[in-house]
Amino acid sequence: MTNLPDGRYVDDEPFDPQASLLELERKDLDAPNWLLVWRKFKTHRLGLISGIFLLIAYGLIPFAGFIAPYGPNQRFSEQLYSPPQSIKLFHEDEFVGPFVYPMTSEANLETFQWEFKPDTSRPLKLKFFCEGSTYYLAGFIESNRHLFCASEEATIFILGSDRLGRDIFSRVSYGAQLSLTVGLIGITVSFVLGIFFGSVAGYFGGRVDWTVNRVIEILRSLPELPLWLALSAAVPSNWSPVAVFFIISIILGILDWPGLARSVRAKFLSLREEEYVRAAEMMGASSGRVIRKHLLPNFMSHLIASATLSIPAMILGETALSFLGLGLRAPAVSWGVMLNDAQNLTSVEIYPWLAIPMLPIVVVVLAFNFLGDGLRDSLDPYQQ
Amino acid sequence: MEILRYAIYRFGTMLMTLLVVSVLIFAIINLPPGDYLSNQIAELQATGQSAGVAKAEFLRKEYALDKPLWQQYMIWMGFMPGPHGFSGMVQGNFGWSFEFDSPVADIVGDSLWLTVLVNLAAVIFVYAVALPLGVLAAARARSWVDYTTAFVGYLGLATPNFLLALILFYYGHRWFDLPIGGLMAPEFEGAPMNWDKVKSILVHLIVPTFVIGTAGASAMMQRLRANMLDELGKPYVETAIAKGMAPSRMLTKYPLRVAFNPFVADIGNLLPSMISGSVLVSVVLGLQTIGPTLLTALKTQDMFLSGFVLMFVALLTLIGTMISDVLLVLLDPRIRYEGRDA
Repeated sequence: MTNLPDGRYVDDEPFDPQASLLELERKDLDAPNWLLVWRKFKTHRLGLISGIFLLIAYGLIPFAGFIAPYGPNQRFSEQLYSPPQSIKLFHEDEFVGPFVYPMTSEANLETFQWEFKPDTSRPLKLKFFCEGSTYYLAGFIESNRHLFCASEEATIFILGSDRLGRDIFSRVSYGAQLSLTVGLIGITVSFVLGIFFGSVAGYFGGRVDWTVNRVIEILRSLPELPLWLALSAAVPSNWSPVAVFFIISIILGILDWPGLARSVRAKFLSLREEEYVRAAEMMGASSGRVIRKHLLPNFMSHLIASATLSIPAMILGETALSFLGLGLRAPAVSWGVMLNDAQNLTSVEIYPWLAIPMLPIVVVVLAFNFLGDGLRDSLDPYQQ
Repeated sequence: MEILRYAIYRFGTMLMTLLVVSVLIFAIINLPPGDYLSNQIAELQATGQSAGVAKAEFLRKEYALDKPLWQQYMIWMGFMPGPHGFSGMVQGNFGWSFEFDSPVADIVGDSLWLTVLVNLAAVIFVYAVALPLGVLAAARARSWVDYTTAFVGYLGLATPNFLLALILFYYGHRWFDLPIGGLMAPEFEGAPMNWDKVKSILVHLIVPTFVIGTAGASAMMQRLRANMLDELGKPYVETAIAKGMAPSRMLTKYPLRVAFNPFVADIGNLLPSMISGSVLVSVVLGLQTIGPTLLTALKTQDMFLSGFVLMFVALLTLIGTMISDVLLVLLDPRIRYEGRDA
């Protein structure tokens, strides 16, 4: 490296126009496509971090019962509206390891609120891998081990407790199960419908195309939420929470496909004129085969990126529906159902921790947005 | 007069769309088993009140709920004579609300124009915020202005509307002494329009407008920024700079005009989500728009009321989209008159 007087740096090596370029090209030619995409994706910091975060979040879903110290509907009638308890390490300047002070509640007859006083003389150590309420790991393995719990005389409400004295942290981790999967099911429905209608319209053109296009236009021009509301109001109230959950996610998907179908159709319109499509047709491939084997793989990655970008809308949609009382209903636990408690100004003012489920929603939605942006930017590895 | 012909053509397609939408809406509100009256009859019979049953039976006949579904639809729309001749949506008779026991038109009444007002305010907010910030973010790309607006924009997209509403309401009241709830001070409700009422409404509009508009504004801003960045890299911009044009004049005279089209066209995509948002926010904040009415109507299966509100919301969206399409043609002579490629 030589520093020129005008401040530029020049490499001392003699310039070899062939060597570096050839080497790079050879490497890139040999590399499979996914490697190139991955290489580019790695440079997108925010997208990478979001992707890892989401992987961890989804990976932890089956272990929600293990992470939560209590069951989602376990009530502590002595501890209504308990504020978040902090986990401390030092008691009177002495290290004792993670512990909590036991809380005693007392009704204040002036303000009609529960007041909580920590008993700072008795540090009660947290237990790890302890036994507690029974739950099903990943839905079928019965277990009663929890990652951590308080000793018998104390409670541990990291994020406080709600109106009925249920631990909000436990409910947030159980709620993740429904809130995170609602988007996945919804997007699957929307994906299948979108690809089917988009490819049929784009490939066959003509009257089919016209019809599909009108349907897309009409669905896109309608405000989603009132339709969601109307459709979910139609779900019978005597159905089990699981059935309601599936129906809600399907409803979210049914109204989401037009956007996807539109981009699929646009791609098909340009791709169906390519030579390889004609070649396949001449060799006698059926329309279905041409669509599936020759056309769709071309932009599957783009579709995945755009699907990633529309998952947040579904998560927010579920939240909104449950918040209004038309989506999932108790005893099902989702973040939207929990926010239902934070519906009025009282809770914002006096019990702000009831609105805590908002944080995971915001974080997950942001993560999906960043991941989608990162994927979209890195899908075309040859573009500089 | 090409533009007039296009406007008429666009109006025609809007009516067609509205027709299809009405079928869709009618199907949706009839999805739940039973209707308001048959539920009520069942309930009355269970409690043994025969007087109420007779009234409900009478209402069923009166509103043709005993006819097959397709006939109910035709009568509802006013395409077919009902028990009282032709009197449906087309004739301006919106039906009867069983829950509130009065005509639908009386119940929605004032809230219709308040809905329009709230949404109009939100659209104006979106443009007023997105236009300068989008241009600024593009002109000063990768500066703190850019990053701050992007950050706030992302937060706006990711925060559930209803919570944002609650929080802003609380802090707006605490710090700026903004009023809580409603669209006007209680003493103005039902009062004739005067200057104080207008002022009261304007003050009450601040938070709802902000909440409804934030998500749309940040989406719009990001798109405008991307479009502007594409344009800023082009040689004509370099020429303009080389000529020595002032940056602000250069920006507004050339690249902004090119980047402006998608900005106008986008309102068609934006409007549905904003009207959705306004329904939700109205429920949370207790605004006297049709949002809360829709929610009660849907929950109680008050089908004429919910059908009308859904139709109105759809109409509002379609009109907005139509206006943006016509505006786009006015702004850009290159656009073909046969309608945009979807």
